[in-house]
Amino acid sequence: MSDTVVSIEGLGKRYRVRRSQSGDRYQTLRDTLAHAASAPLRWLSGTSSGAAVFDDFWALRDVSFGISRGDVIGIVGRNGAGKSTLLKILSRITEPTTGRVTIDGRVASLLEVGTGFHPELTGRENIFLNAAILGMTRAETTRKFDEIVAFAEVAPFLDTPVKRYSSGMYVRLAFAVAAHLEPDVLVVDEVLAVGDASFQKKSLGKMHEVSRGGRTVLFVSHNMAAVQALCTRAVWLDQGTLAREGPVSEVVNAYLRSGEQPTTALPGQPLRAAPSLDLLRFDLSPNPLTSGGRLNFDLAFRAREATTISELALLIYSPLEVRVAILDLRPFGCPIALAAGDTQSFRGAFKSVPLVDGEYHVGFGLRASGHAADHLRLAVLRVLGPPPSAGIVPYAPEYRGVVEMELEVSPAHG
Amino acid sequence: MKIVIEPGRAAAHYWRDLWRYRELMSFLAWRDITVRYKQTAIGVAWAIIRPALTLLVFVAFRRMAGLTAGAVPDVILVLAAVLPWQFFSTALSESAASLISNTGLISKVYFPRMIVPASAVVTAFVDFVVTLALLAVLMAWYGVTPDVRLWALPLFVLQAGALAFGLGLGLAALSVTFRDFRYVVPFAVQLGLFVSPVAFATSQVPAAWRTIYSLNPLVGIIDGFRWSILGGRVPIDAAVMAMSVAVTLVALVAGTWYFRRTERGFADAI
Ligand SMILES: Nc1ncnc2c1ncn2[C@@H]1O[C@H](COP(=O)(O)OP(=O)(O)O)[C@@H](O)[C@H]1O
Ligand SMILES: [Mg+2]
Repeated sequence: MSDTVVSIEGLGKRYRVRRSQSGDRYQTLRDTLAHAASAPLRWLSGTSSGAAVFDDFWALRDVSFGISRGDVIGIVGRNGAGKSTLLKILSRITEPTTGRVTIDGRVASLLEVGTGFHPELTGRENIFLNAAILGMTRAETTRKFDEIVAFAEVAPFLDTPVKRYSSGMYVRLAFAVAAHLEPDVLVVDEVLAVGDASFQKKSLGKMHEVSRGGRTVLFVSHNMAAVQALCTRAVWLDQGTLAREGPVSEVVNAYLRSGEQPTTALPGQPLRAAPSLDLLRFDLSPNPLTSGGRLNFDLAFRAREATTISELALLIYSPLEVRVAILDLRPFGCPIALAAGDTQSFRGAFKSVPLVDGEYHVGFGLRASGHAADHLRLAVLRVLGPPPSAGIVPYAPEYRGVVEMELEVSPAHG
Repeated sequence: MKIVIEPGRAAAHYWRDLWRYRELMSFLAWRDITVRYKQTAIGVAWAIIRPALTLLVFVAFRRMAGLTAGAVPDVILVLAAVLPWQFFSTALSESAASLISNTGLISKVYFPRMIVPASAVVTAFVDFVVTLALLAVLMAWYGVTPDVRLWALPLFVLQAGALAFGLGLGLAALSVTFRDFRYVVPFAVQLGLFVSPVAFATSQVPAAWRTIYSLNPLVGIIDGFRWSILGGRVPIDAAVMAMSVAVTLVALVAGTWYFRRTERGFADAI
């Protein structure tokens, strides 16, 4: 069929995950030599080696679907479902283990905002570098330069190193470069989760424009509202398999109904929050919380190496993955310089959390040593409705929006 | 344009893609140079200071060891070896480390991975060109004039680059799998300095050792440098040169082969 731009048949991806005793992710020559040296012994005792060292893990298994020209496809699924893996295969970053993909046209991918940005280089220099990395020629970049700068709203800071940019400017600039690629198929991973509301609005608008221009877009997001607004069709991946594919509202509803729980808190061991930081603790109390009540938080980091935390914000997302609040912790001590091994904790409270009852995701975003990282689904906060006023049954939560406002009314008959 | 993605298919348009992405290679080299000159306070001077200090140490060493001999001023004789050595060793260590230091790029963007070590060699080459100025100044000072053999110099530069690139490809690919290679490479480079004719000349090597000594491909490269810069006042040996070229070709072919064979797994392993 001529209007199928991307066709995916029986796609599978196997990762070999090294099973290591030391907990080290990487193989070392030393281990391998030691292994080889002890191999004759193992051979004599009849135990086979090799298979014992690697575990097979299928991140994608037998995924097939087609995409027509001009479609905007939302890809949804919980963490680890294989969404990024699928996009990486489509962008040729990694090879599939089985199956076949045919793409009719040029693919550009934006898997991360600002890949290849260098903090020491100026905005102007980074535009050219990043554009080259994303596959634009110098001539193309020169032609679109003004447009990119205008979109990013960084004109006055073009000759400032981007390490001095605010994170908002940084994200805008990085997105602007990618948004001005003109591929036939645009592949976008969860990049819109970063940045402030106006950036999100703007970048979603840009993606709208791109898709109206007849380009095909594949778009991964946890923001179901954005997926529904932007996409025509959706694909739901569940543990590497295709759970459902079809019109967007159908798929998104099925996905939300599947009652899946986002990953919660920390699984006993520290989370690598940024290359230089481990997250040791992330506690919210009380949980469940009564709407309008005080919510205490307690988080602690440990520096893996000397680093500076320049930004830190707690983020709250609604069940539909819409950002409800960003709680900026910068005024409370940032930037914070840490030496290797230092721990830094943040304890405090949101004085009042007037949310409609439901489950919210809480996470944080931070910037340490110039590296921005978001962890959006660290904990689930259950909010219980306030005690209802005498005799009146409250409207169901889904009709009540997000904020539970306090009300003062003096009814008067005139 | 139709793209087909299948297991084992990555090789299909490799060389064509490599050519298509050549601009990215110069951008990466340009980034590394720009950043270095922005970060170090002394900037461009660094490219000169490093060989100058090495030169001083070696010349002093030769004086103390009583090695000074011959028609050529010591300073020029040593510098004519320090420059190719530094080009080679910088290109080798940087390209060997290049994949690991560009993990972000490799796991998030597609391009033929060979671009990354290649751009490291280009960066080292730019530094090398800067240091040639130092050589030119010192040659003028000592009144050493080159003759027509100077035209052969680019060939030896090319060979040094090719050798570093070939070895760098192999080591870069190995360090993706074996992370401890990053400690092995600097050590090997350091050893290399002592078995290469930098502080001494090939003529000072005892005849009995010559054959095994000339297995080191840098012998041919450094001798070639001296020969072309010093107008033949330092002789070259055809057998040594042939051996050096052969080893370079083997390194280039083997490095490329191993890199290409493991490349498809880089994004997953890095
Ligand atoms: N390079 C890799 N090596 C081993 N396992 C990986 C690698 N990349 C991803 N995985 C695993 O594959 C699964 C799918 O990951 P991913 O595609 O990133 O999920 P998603 O984007 O949907 O959250 C996860 O369980 C992840 O741990
Ligand atoms: Mg992902």
